[in-house]
Parts: sequence; C-alpha cells; structure tokens
Amino acid sequence: MSAKVTVEDVERVATLAHLQLAPEEESRMVRDLNAILDYVTELNELDTSNIAPLAQVSEIGSELEIGSGDGSDASLRVDQLVPSLSRAAVMSHAPETDQVFFKVPKVIER
Amino acid sequence: MPSEIKSAESYVEKPQTIAALRADLAAGRAKASSLAASYFERIERLNPRLNIFLSLTKERALAQAARIDATAAKGDPLPLLAGVPVGIKDVLVTQGAPSTAGSKILQGYRPPYDCTAVARLEAAGAVILGKTNCDEFAMGSSNENSAYGPVRNPFDPERVPGGSSGGSAAAVASNLAVATLGTDTGGSIRQPASFCGVVGVLPTYGRVSRYGLIAFASSLDRIGPLAANVRDAATVLGVIAGHDPCDATSSSAPVPDYAAESDKPVAGLRIGVPAEYFADGLDPEVRAAVEKGIAALERAGCVIKPISLQHTKYAVPTYYLVATAEASANLARFDGVRYGYRSPSSATLSDMYSHSRDEGFGAEVKRRIFLGTYALSAGYYDAYYLKAQQVRRLLAEEFLRAFAEVDAIVTPTSPVPAFKLGEKTGDPLAMYLADIYTVTASLAGICGVSVPCGATKAGLPVGMQVLARHFGESTAFRVARAVEAAKIQE
Repeated sequence: MSAKVTVEDVERVATLAHLQLAPEEESRMVRDLNAILDYVTELNELDTSNIAPLAQVSEIGSELEIGSGDGSDASLRVDQLVPSLSRAAVMSHAPETDQVFFKVPKVIER
Repeated sequence: MPSEIKSAESYVEKPQTIAALRADLAAGRAKASSLAASYFERIERLNPRLNIFLSLTKERALAQAARIDATAAKGDPLPLLAGVPVGIKDVLVTQGAPSTAGSKILQGYRPPYDCTAVARLEAAGAVILGKTNCDEFAMGSSNENSAYGPVRNPFDPERVPGGSSGGSAAAVASNLAVATLGTDTGGSIRQPASFCGVVGVLPTYGRVSRYGLIAFASSLDRIGPLAANVRDAATVLGVIAGHDPCDATSSSAPVPDYAAESDKPVAGLRIGVPAEYFADGLDPEVRAAVEKGIAALERAGCVIKPISLQHTKYAVPTYYLVATAEASANLARFDGVRYGYRSPSSATLSDMYSHSRDEGFGAEVKRRIFLGTYALSAGYYDAYYLKAQQVRRLLAEEFLRAFAEVDAIVTPTSPVPAFKLGEKTGDPLAMYLADIYTVTASLAGICGVSVPCGATKAGLPVGMQVLARHFGESTAFRVARAVEAAKIQE
C-alpha cells in the first residue's frame, strides 16, 4: 500500500475514467495522488484482518431503522406500473437526439 | 484590520424566526408576496459582492407567495412554513430551473423533476427563492471549487464561507434567506454553518430522502437544513424528513416534532467530550470558545464526561478513499449523451466522452475521480478501498460504544475559523484536513448539529458540533438549544 504513482499509472487511470489530461495536468496529478496516497498509508497501522468491510451504515446494528429495502417482503413496494417521465421530457435535455434515440459520434471505425 | 471587519458587518443580518414570520402572515401584518419581493431586492443588492445565489426562481416564488396570501386572506390555517423564503443548494434538482451542481458540465441543464426535499418544503408553504452556490459536485471545504466563482463570507468577504454548502450558509448569515437546504457528505453543511455563524444539521443517514440530490458519494450523502437558530432548523428538518418510495435507503421511522423536542431541558443529559478532538492543530481561540460552550452545558445541568475516540485520526484517510471511490462511479453518468455538456468536436464516441468530461469538470473533481478510480482499479482495490471500508466499521462501532455511555458528544466543528480565500487552494491535502472533525460522523451515519458558539477576537464565528446516535436528532437539537441559549460571546 505504498505504491508510487507514475505518469503511466495516471495515463492508465485516465483511460479507465474517460478523462483526458494535458501534459502539465499529468505531472500535477502524479504529485497530488502521491501526496494523498502517502497520507492514507496511515491506515496500515490498523490490523483489520478480521474486520468485515462496511459499505452501508444500514448494516450496523439491527436496532437501526435505516432503509426500508432490508429484504423483508413488508418493506418492498407494490409491484405496479406508475407514471414516469415522458420520452419527450427526457429527450429534450439531450445534446443530440432524433427524438427517439440519443445520437452519438461513430462508435466503431470501419 | 478592525475597519475591514466593520465594513463587512453590514452584510450580516439575522432573519426573522419562522414562528414570528408565520404569526405576522396569519395576523395580516405581513404579506408573503411583499416578503418575497423584499428578499429578491436584498439578493440583487448583495449578491454581486457575495456570489451566494447562482440563479433565482422568481416566477415560482411569487406564484407560491400569492397562494399563501390567498390562504391567509381567507383566514384558512397556514401551513408550517407558510411564506418562509428559502434557498436551495444547487446540487438539489428543481424542475425547469437551472441545477448546475456548481459545475460547467451541467450549465444550462433544467431537470424534469423536483428533489423530494424541495417538493416537501414547497408543500409546507415555503417560498423557493433560488439556487445557492457550492463547490462543484459538493467537493470542497471552501466553496473555491465552484465553476461559478467562490461565495464570500458575509463576516469578512476576503474569507471563505466554508464548503461545500457555502452559499446556503452565507445566505442565512446575510439574511438572503430565512432557511436553506444544503448537503453534507463529509462536513459540507456543518463546516460552512460554523464559518458563517449559523445552525447546520446533518441528519442521520436515511432520515431525509436523497431523491433528486445529484450524487457525490451515495453511502455518505445527506440533505439537511441550515437556519439562523436551532428551533427553525429543527422545524425545517421535520418537514423534509421521512420515508420516500423514491429512495430505498430512506427510513420509515416516525418523524418526531423536532421543534417541540428541542424545547426540552438538558439537565441530566450525559455529554461526552472526546480528547482526540481537542488535540494538536486546534486553533486556541476555537478551543476557548468551545470550552465556554461546554461550561454552559455543565451549568445547565448536563453531566460532562471525558471520553476517547481513538480511531479519529484514521477518519480523513478513510473518508477520502470511500468518498472518491463512490464519486468515480457516480460521476461516470456525465458523459455528454443524455444531458449536460457535450464537447462540440469529437470524431469517435470515446473521444466525445473524454473531451466532454475534460472540458466540463474542474480540477478538484478530476483529482477525486482519479483517486477513486485508482483506489478501485485492479491490484489496488484490497489495499485501498476494502481497507477503508474495514476501518469505516471500526469508526462506526467506536461511536456505537461511546453512545452506550453518553447521550451526545460535543466537539469543535472545525479546527479553525474561516480562512482566507486562496489560503489552502494550492495544497489539496491541507484542504482535506479541514474536515477532520466532521468526516467521522459522516462515515458512521450518525446525526449532528453545528451551532454557533462564540467568536474569535477578530469577530469570526466559531461552531460547536453536537453529535448524537442514529435517529437521535431530538437530543442533538436539545443540546444545541442549550448552547445557543447561553449566548456565548468572544
């Protein structure tokens, strides 16, 4: 957990995150990520080998009344059709559409 | 120095209480429409200097005010928030009105639906004035990450209002709204509330529906009120809290009358004071003010108990791994396809995604997407993201143990008062450390209130954070009311 982030790492992450960085942004990102990741290595001081990860606080303690979607049938909503946004209302926000589909640039080069 | 603060004092003004305002409307001494008009006039006068509102919803506000006036004229009973002028943080969507999340990528977007909390405010009679400025996608502790420029602190316009709900806090401090909604993921309601001398509420996770909140980190994000006094904040929370079928994590636990609960005395309550929140790095003037607040609680009959929350120092690293990982997933939706900004010239779909995101997102948002994507990527997931989730459990369990011994925990909200614009922008880590006292409650899912607790010699407000167990808002409000009643001076 003391990985040193390199320019190559930043480029790999940029591809994963669909972000593009200018060369001067890249070096700044390398520096910032290394500073932050150095700092978070503090967590290694803690032995967590027997600790289950906590993704949602609704998991802690059954006395907590968080969430209605706890899997019991009583908390599930009735499965019936309800009105939702119209296609026209949704499409009106898109940068480019033919009113039925979203239009995007070419996906595959031929 | 004194003259600088003196000139700024004109921006600070205390709004009327909700109860007084409602009584005036009911008795015919005031009209909701003239009240709304006077708020719009004040906003137009002060906003050029303070940059608090990003957009106004005048038509909607005046239509609502006219409805309230008609109800009052007929002598019908007025709803709880009748005519109350409110501001809404711009990460909460409003139908047909700009909702930018402080980002260029959502410039011009007018959502087709209302956030549940906003709809509930309006159903209770509130008048929505407009949308308040904030850090881009609520990522920041100073408001300097807004694509539309920083909000300025009404107590000193050369200082930050805190973040990310800086506009919502500054609006109440300068009486550009009677109450506002903010969001808090790691301290974004409580810290600006403390910097601007107002009350800010972090409700328990699940207490308020997140439907219509433009997501930053879904396991941490919460919507809560800011107001000029504890009772008003409690009143607004009572309106927006409760189950919503549109948010599966919202709780169906009954909503108490928080305002009435906040009236109850505090004598006999056990108050924990955690040593870790009063250690190195705490500004001496902030410490002195908060200690006066603790002394006031003791005089009011509370039992003060020193406690220890040993994992506190791990909260900031844990928070920044969990929050950025969730952000990297949530912000994947901004791709230039369905809404928001699309880069004009891209030959392929893949280029269109990356150009739109590169041009649409600001530096801090990109930094967090990078950190989160890195922490979730193959080979690093266990070391960073999983590790952080394990420590998150330790932090949450530590609070559960503490709340077996005490009814509430009090701490400073922020280690420092409002800092100067530009003071921390060069060093992201220094900015993250400003959240040290607030991220713990965020990770544990518990509730809290930041209440004004004196000021520094230079006149900058100090906030005390009152934390309570899950769904313990009533207790947090009671304790905050006692601190407020003590009227702690510099």
